[in-house]
Amino acid sequence: MKRILAAVVASFLAVAPALADPVAGGRANVVIQPEPPSLMLGLVQNAPAQQVAGNIYEGLLRYDTKLNPMPSLAKSWEVSDDGLTYTFHLQHGVKWHDGQPFSADDVVFSADVFLRKTHPRFRAVLDHVESITAPDADTVVFRLKSPFGPFLNSFEVGSMPIVPKHIYEGTDFATNPANNTPIGTGPFKFAEWVKGSYIKLVKNPDYWDQGKPYLDEVYWHVIPDAASRAVAYETGQVDILPAGSIENFDIDRVKELPDTCITQSGWEFFGPQSWVWLNNRQGPTASKEFRQAIMYALDREFIRDSLFNGLGQIPNGPFAGSTRYNDTDLKPWPYDPKKAKELVKASGYKGEVLKLVPMPYGETWMRLAEVIKQNLADVGIKVEIVSTDVAGWNQHLSDWDFDLSTTYLYQYGDPALGVSRSYVSGNIKKGSPWNNVEGYSNPKVDALFDKGAGTVDPAERKAAYDEVQKILVDDVPNAWLLDMGMPTISRCSVKDLVTTGIGLNDGFKNAWIQK
Amino acid sequence: MKDFWHRFRANKGGIVGLVLLAAIVAVALLAPMLFPGNPWKMVARPFVPPFEGMKFPLGTDTVGRNVAAGLAYGGRVSLLVGLVSTLAALLIGIPVGALAGYFGGRIDDLLMRVTEFFQTVPSFALAIVIVAIFQPSVVSITLAIGIVSWPPVARLVRGEVMSLRQREYIEAAILQGLSTPAIILRQILPNAVSPIIVMASLMVASAILLESSLSFLGLGDPNLMSWGYMIGAARTVIRQAWWLSLFPGVAIVLTVLALNLIGESLNDALNPRLSRRRS
Repeated sequence: MKRILAAVVASFLAVAPALADPVAGGRANVVIQPEPPSLMLGLVQNAPAQQVAGNIYEGLLRYDTKLNPMPSLAKSWEVSDDGLTYTFHLQHGVKWHDGQPFSADDVVFSADVFLRKTHPRFRAVLDHVESITAPDADTVVFRLKSPFGPFLNSFEVGSMPIVPKHIYEGTDFATNPANNTPIGTGPFKFAEWVKGSYIKLVKNPDYWDQGKPYLDEVYWHVIPDAASRAVAYETGQVDILPAGSIENFDIDRVKELPDTCITQSGWEFFGPQSWVWLNNRQGPTASKEFRQAIMYALDREFIRDSLFNGLGQIPNGPFAGSTRYNDTDLKPWPYDPKKAKELVKASGYKGEVLKLVPMPYGETWMRLAEVIKQNLADVGIKVEIVSTDVAGWNQHLSDWDFDLSTTYLYQYGDPALGVSRSYVSGNIKKGSPWNNVEGYSNPKVDALFDKGAGTVDPAERKAAYDEVQKILVDDVPNAWLLDMGMPTISRCSVKDLVTTGIGLNDGFKNAWIQK
Repeated sequence: MKDFWHRFRANKGGIVGLVLLAAIVAVALLAPMLFPGNPWKMVARPFVPPFEGMKFPLGTDTVGRNVAAGLAYGGRVSLLVGLVSTLAALLIGIPVGALAGYFGGRIDDLLMRVTEFFQTVPSFALAIVIVAIFQPSVVSITLAIGIVSWPPVARLVRGEVMSLRQREYIEAAILQGLSTPAIILRQILPNAVSPIIVMASLMVASAILLESSLSFLGLGDPNLMSWGYMIGAARTVIRQAWWLSLFPGVAIVLTVLALNLIGESLNDALNPRLSRRRS
């Protein structure tokens, strides 16, 4: 009897996914926070612009949650053995939203002309590129100057959106009136934007991927106040809350509402990691023992559980858990105030007061600064919090005027794109809050990061990055706090919303609503 | 003096205020003994509700800090800022008002234009700007509150001095050859002191409110626990933890109420003619 029951249950479980065939139709109501300055993704790549326009424009590739490339505008691709030639074969029969045919010329124009001028992060990738050519209308070839490990990671829609050549060639990109009515190849067309109220996208009936998208329209609602956004979800005005749209403290309450699902997936490509900048140049934080003491003194589990609602992972070092080549054998630093006290003593600390400049991104980050201050006070380190606004915080970091400061940065899935920038000595430049602000300089680390970026062989890359992680974890140039959990909250009836490593940014291609 | 106390006592509210204020001051002064360590210390799990045990009678906050300890230490900051900023306002306001009222004419015009300039700028907005420019700290906050609250003092003192200036005994003093500073300091101001005292007691209350508002907006001294900060930090969790906003709110209300009651009684006691007319 038991066995029969088990068999019935098993067969039911096996059938269950098959029941969930996508159905077409319906509308998605989403919160967008803050309102993006523009939807022309070639010009503006901040987070909200990517979230909306990632469904209008497309890149050559998409990435799954393990960051493996998947077809998008390119249906297949080859990499030559020397790692210098990348050949992309494009989809057939793709049309721009205005009906014009899409071809390889658009890709060459986007990468070589448009984005070279407008997209700083892509320009850094272009430094490795010798030529971009279109041998025929369906093929694009990138030739590199030297092998560049993360090159295949650079084709997602936010990193390299393909823009229409027939609209932008020969015009001033920034002032082209077409920027107000973005034309892409994606599953949704731009329909209407009432500033301060909503953005409306409608289904692209001629989309090249037959049968998709399923939804008829997507409304992005602009609601400036965090509490009102939570209420909008409770009252049913919106069905989808992207990460960061409600206060951390509200998440627990909202996720318990009926018919509500929460996922932390969909951010693997960005891999946001938060840490405390430690000024390696001067003061007590110049000493390695002292920095290790800080690492022991921070109660990161408490920080995650009480400030970030238990969302996120404690990092084992400078590589976020979702970033490639994270050395999973490394264990995170434990919370050990006793050891911290010993190390503080050993470092010769004489009671200097350290200046902590917290990142002023809202209540959670202020509480975080207070907890850090108290954690350090518990092991005998004196800290004074200097509160300032966003501009002032940027200024403090850019001028290296701090002892401790909090931050978080995206890692873009690959150490060569998102990790090395904070640790190689070539990136010690005053004037930016996002480079090697802490002033850590180690020729061995520089060489290893160069080695890891300069090859496409995964084994060689892994060897270099394993070694660099060991050195960095021991040197503690910064005190790593949290691989941040980015929860997307939605009605459970919205299916297949988050299926890729960039989540909502290209999520509405597959999303559908269960009736 | 006995007369004064008698009249003060006649107003029951004043006694209530005095008792309340004494209790608040006592808790603030004894904070280090009642709650050793510092109020930022995370002593228990977050969000312990109030009245659940004797250990944390008022519960704990978002990161497990003792709310009762925060209230006690916050009282020190509120009272200190209230007192010192009022003194600062008096130090600016009394000389300006006295000079304007005594000399009149062009000096009066000049000083009053300056005073009006400060009075026409919304005081809270000005305080925010001053604190933001000088970075939030207990010194900049006290200074900012002092700077925005002196104009009413100046106007009050000017009026008092102007009317006293016309009295015969002042003319007699001038004829006797007393120096101007001596006349202002020894003859006029002592006679103008009662309305100033009444006003000052109310100013302490409004200074406490101003400091709380600044802290609520995140412009408090980030290294000092204060009531306004506690409410500001509790704002985002008000639906989960009502007690975090309620208790500091009650503390502010009681303190301000106490100071207002005392001010009222002082007014009755110091201006007997006025109060007799009323009763």
